[in-house]
Amino acid sequence: MNWELVPQAIVTGILKGGVIGLIALGVVLIYKSSEVFNFAQGHLLMFGAYITWWFAGAHEDGSELFNLPLGLAVVAAFGVAILIGFIIERLTLRPMSGQPVLSIVLMTLGLAQLIEGLTSIMFGVQPRSNFPTPFPPTETFKIPFEPAFNETIYLKKTLVAVFIVAIIATGLVILYFRKSRAGLSMRATAEDHELARSVGINVPRIFGMSWALAGVVATAGGVLLAMLSGASLTLSTVVLITFPAILLGGLDSLPGAIVGGIAVGLSQELVSASKLIEVRNASAIAPYVLLLIVLLIRPEGLFGQKRIERI
Amino acid sequence: MAVMRPSGDFDRSYQQDLSFIRKPWQWVFLLGAIAAVATSPYWATPYIVITINRIGYTIIAVQGLNILTGYTGQISLGQAAFMLVGGYVSALTVEYLGLSVFVAIPIAALGAGLVGLIFGLPSLRVKGFYLAMATLAAQFIIPWLTRHTFKEYLGGSDGIISAAVPRIGSYEFNEPSRYLHITLVVLIITTIIAANISRSRAGRAFVAIRDNDLAAEVLGVNPFGYKLRAFFLAAVFAGVAGALRAHSQRAIGTELGYTLTESIFFLGMLVIGGLGTNIGPFLGTTFVVLMQDLSNAVGSGLAGALPAAMTDRMLTSFRPILFGVVLALFLIFEPRGLAHRWRLFKAAWRLRPFSH
Repeated sequence: MNWELVPQAIVTGILKGGVIGLIALGVVLIYKSSEVFNFAQGHLLMFGAYITWWFAGAHEDGSELFNLPLGLAVVAAFGVAILIGFIIERLTLRPMSGQPVLSIVLMTLGLAQLIEGLTSIMFGVQPRSNFPTPFPPTETFKIPFEPAFNETIYLKKTLVAVFIVAIIATGLVILYFRKSRAGLSMRATAEDHELARSVGINVPRIFGMSWALAGVVATAGGVLLAMLSGASLTLSTVVLITFPAILLGGLDSLPGAIVGGIAVGLSQELVSASKLIEVRNASAIAPYVLLLIVLLIRPEGLFGQKRIERI
Repeated sequence: MAVMRPSGDFDRSYQQDLSFIRKPWQWVFLLGAIAAVATSPYWATPYIVITINRIGYTIIAVQGLNILTGYTGQISLGQAAFMLVGGYVSALTVEYLGLSVFVAIPIAALGAGLVGLIFGLPSLRVKGFYLAMATLAAQFIIPWLTRHTFKEYLGGSDGIISAAVPRIGSYEFNEPSRYLHITLVVLIITTIIAANISRSRAGRAFVAIRDNDLAAEVLGVNPFGYKLRAFFLAAVFAGVAGALRAHSQRAIGTELGYTLTESIFFLGMLVIGGLGTNIGPFLGTTFVVLMQDLSNAVGSGLAGALPAAMTDRMLTSFRPILFGVVLALFLIFEPRGLAHRWRLFKAAWRLRPFSH
């Protein structure tokens, strides 16, 4: 371990972990209400990022229809995401209700392929690095800290902004689930479909709404990630590292998603702070090793309910 | 599953009861198909021969997945990674132990099987989609290991090492038209093994675990043991497929694919063909591979017709779109896959001209 790099790694890990947590939230959301584990969340995220980029009018050849400021572009992209969420639920998941896990997992995997193809046909396959950001990507905060490398911790302003937005968004989603009527209906649906129906909740509608909400959360995550690294087709792979976060936090726990996200972010950054190059290289698979350990030791996660059937 | 047979079609001996191929016309059909494939280098274009070869080794991987996912009901997102293991083991065995490729393939199968066992261990504690996560971890950890460990053997960051050309005496299987025959023979062997596994004690135990693991346990089937066996077998088949692919491409490594997308495509092939049927892997793999080639052709055709700025998009986009749409349609309208369609078709043909 290279101790000089550790403070920096911890700070960066927590900041990145916040974003991972927000993305994980989208998956947990759908799982909570309809018990569908959405492998296509990463592709929704990528699509959201591209749509925002398109609304913001960043196309080089000027072929865009809109030229909105970033804020409005995000709102417009949220609108598209809501629509897509409803469409996906209605067309692909509703005919599948009651099918075994395998079919539903495969459906979301197929969906992921479909969205990937559509995105690349609509927006091209090249990465788009000119995603609009509130700050130039090179601006950093410098925090003096004695034991750290160069006695400072560097923080990209964008990363900090992204983290703050991610935490606020997460807070809003959790608040929505605790206080709003729609959120409470979603939780009721998650508990028991039949009971929810009997108190007058329109269950299929709730499924649709949770997909729409997940689309919005995915878009938010996509925009935040794209601010850090630009919009590209590889954005979708980020959802793969959120799976360990989700399982670590507990599949049905919203705060767990955030905690898990931060744990994954930390594990990646801390591993890459090592002195040995072999260990540093392992930062790409650190989340998966973490995942295997979680599965073997505590499959229900830190905050999840112990509903998993142990075999 | 009891096969519904028409009245008057009965068995006179135990041997007849056991046989897969019951009718003379089925023999004719089967031998005709084998002969057609075996002689394809003489009548088909090289492109078709290459495609048949590719379909051949892909079927073997899907057969393995069929044991794990189709019969035992465990989702695996790591089949491509186990293929990678098989390919590496085979290539290294030939390279460093100096063994023939034909000896190396069974060793590769065993090596991949052992790795499969390791990643099957979480199945002792979790199931369903949690298990899918564990295999997903395999799909990332194994390719990473091939790139970052034992660099002098596994090719390091190049992600590719060469695999030897198989030979018998002085006859080299150095072209797809020759290599095809190895693939065909191995495919026949794996098909016989897979079909027999499915009706053995193990196969019935797999199905029992899939349908209701608690009931299976009550009946005296040890779910841990049989799940591990299913993982082992799936990885063994993947290992054979990977070894065949490695020696056919004369190289192995993460540069050549073996990605999560491939694993997902294998699952898609299996579902489209029909889960838990012996003929499913054949139908599904052929269907999906041909569909991919078709979509590539359509994509490049459209790319030629459109302005240059759109070209790159057309080339790669049709494959995932078509796959996603077809998979979704099959899951909604025909979750039992092409195998079920084929059964319906046969029944309809037999009952013709009366539909009931």
